Amino acid sequence: MTYDLQWNILWTGENGRWLLEGIWTTIRLSALSWIFACGLGVLSGALRTAPFRPLRALATCYVEFFRNVPLLVWLFFWYFGAPQVLPRAGQDWLNLHGPEFWSAVVALSVYHGARMSEVIRAGIQSVPKTLFEASVATGLSVGQAYRLILIPIALRLIIPPATNESLNLLKNSSLALTIGVAELTFMTRQVETYTARAFEALTAGTLIYLVLCLTIASVMAQVERALRIPGLIARGVRSES
Amino acid sequence: MLGYFVNSLFQAQQPAECSLLVAEQVRFPPDVPFAPKGFPGAGLLDFVVDGPTKQGYQDIVMITFRQVNKWFGATHVLRDVDLKVRAGEVVVVCGPSGSGKSTLIRCINKLEPIGQGEIIVDGRSLSNPTTDLTALRAEIGMVFQQFNLYPHMTALQNITLAPVKVRKLSREEAERIARKLLAKVGIPEKADHYPAQLSGGQQQRVAIARALAMQPKIMLFDEPTSALDPEMISEVLDVMVELAKEGMTMIVVTHEMGFAKKVAHRIIFMDEGRIVEEGGPEEFFANPKEERTRSFLNKILVH
Repeated sequence: MTYDLQWNILWTGENGRWLLEGIWTTIRLSALSWIFACGLGVLSGALRTAPFRPLRALATCYVEFFRNVPLLVWLFFWYFGAPQVLPRAGQDWLNLHGPEFWSAVVALSVYHGARMSEVIRAGIQSVPKTLFEASVATGLSVGQAYRLILIPIALRLIIPPATNESLNLLKNSSLALTIGVAELTFMTRQVETYTARAFEALTAGTLIYLVLCLTIASVMAQVERALRIPGLIARGVRSES
Repeated sequence: MLGYFVNSLFQAQQPAECSLLVAEQVRFPPDVPFAPKGFPGAGLLDFVVDGPTKQGYQDIVMITFRQVNKWFGATHVLRDVDLKVRAGEVVVVCGPSGSGKSTLIRCINKLEPIGQGEIIVDGRSLSNPTTDLTALRAEIGMVFQQFNLYPHMTALQNITLAPVKVRKLSREEAERIARKLLAKVGIPEKADHYPAQLSGGQQQRVAIARALAMQPKIMLFDEPTSALDPEMISEVLDVMVELAKEGMTMIVVTHEMGFAKKVAHRIIFMDEGRIVEEGGPEEFFANPKEERTRSFLNKILVH
């Protein structure tokens, strides 16, 4: 018996709309989580190198706590557990705005924030310590030295590992289907259930993830090129006049 | 305008010392080509021939070390250091590697904390918790062996950053000063170059301009020419000579003895964390008192 491929099921009936909605939800979920994860990552990654022990300890606690619990457990925790201890107003807000989606955003943000933090810490630590000394020696405060010197340089250095982490985040957003977020994997499964065409539906899902990830990778590569420091990372382009 | 221009107006002259040096015609070591590359002020050459090589200094104590001790773990890196540096004075610190000379000047802006004793800079004690360290550091320029320019910023941005962020100058004003300083250090055309596009000597001159842009009262130089190719050393030393001439208070860790002879009011020799000997350049080089100093000088001056 040969399997009769019917690609047109992907766009007939509701199916096309479902897949598009799934893509849109995946993008929204990943983008929001990415922004929060980067924020948390930069903050805690910087604190992990700060010249004050209590701040370092605080950031270390955050990282070790959130990266050492499986993402799936975090999803369940933030969806089933955390809302129960929220005050009434918070629960109402969640129920009005889709608790699945926001729980998934929180879970992805804290988990990937902790992982991003390590990437950023490594970046900051690879900037020579003497640059920090030079900046505070001119009268910049420690905060200014971080904001104006260390972090901008570190962010340029960590683009490749940060790209990796961003791709992981997008792919991990598929786990949100377990708490009922109607993202791409969820919708792929739905198409499969309604049409009984597993091969076509899952092939479509696979390819869509691939395209999304390749797009991110190429955007990050362009960012890397745009931000490279003249003469430093672009070897051979020395413009000595 | 720039602090040291004003400073230099108030210098008490010390004619005796100056004339002594002119009589001796102290110059850079003859093997260092003097012609400053692209330096606009040809006046430098004139000054070697006829002008006084040193400004006097004021009787105002700028930096005081009082019985300073410091340890790195079990290593005793500064031992009972007592030192006074006056406004406008140029002090050269030399000594074998590991003698604590870099640590000594890094303590002045508290890049290194000390273990015991007291350091007072411009009337403020570094160990006093109410001393605003950030404000104090803004008054102290520092130049490092490895230049330490911010690699992601152009020369101009390197120089204007602290004046804008710390002194709260407008960007235009800061850039005006920065361009003036770049001209002063002889590389006005490099304003928009990134550090990696500059030679070592050019980078170090940008670093000096960056420190000067804060109009510091004190300049610290931590082996400023040690990482440079020989032909770039003189272009950096020229700028430092010029600065000394303007009456800047300077502490310079260096092995450039030609520079020391020429501009230092006092030379300090350190070994094993101790100040072994100090004195004016003439007596220091002509008849060092300590055996340790003699053997050090023999080693570095033999070639």
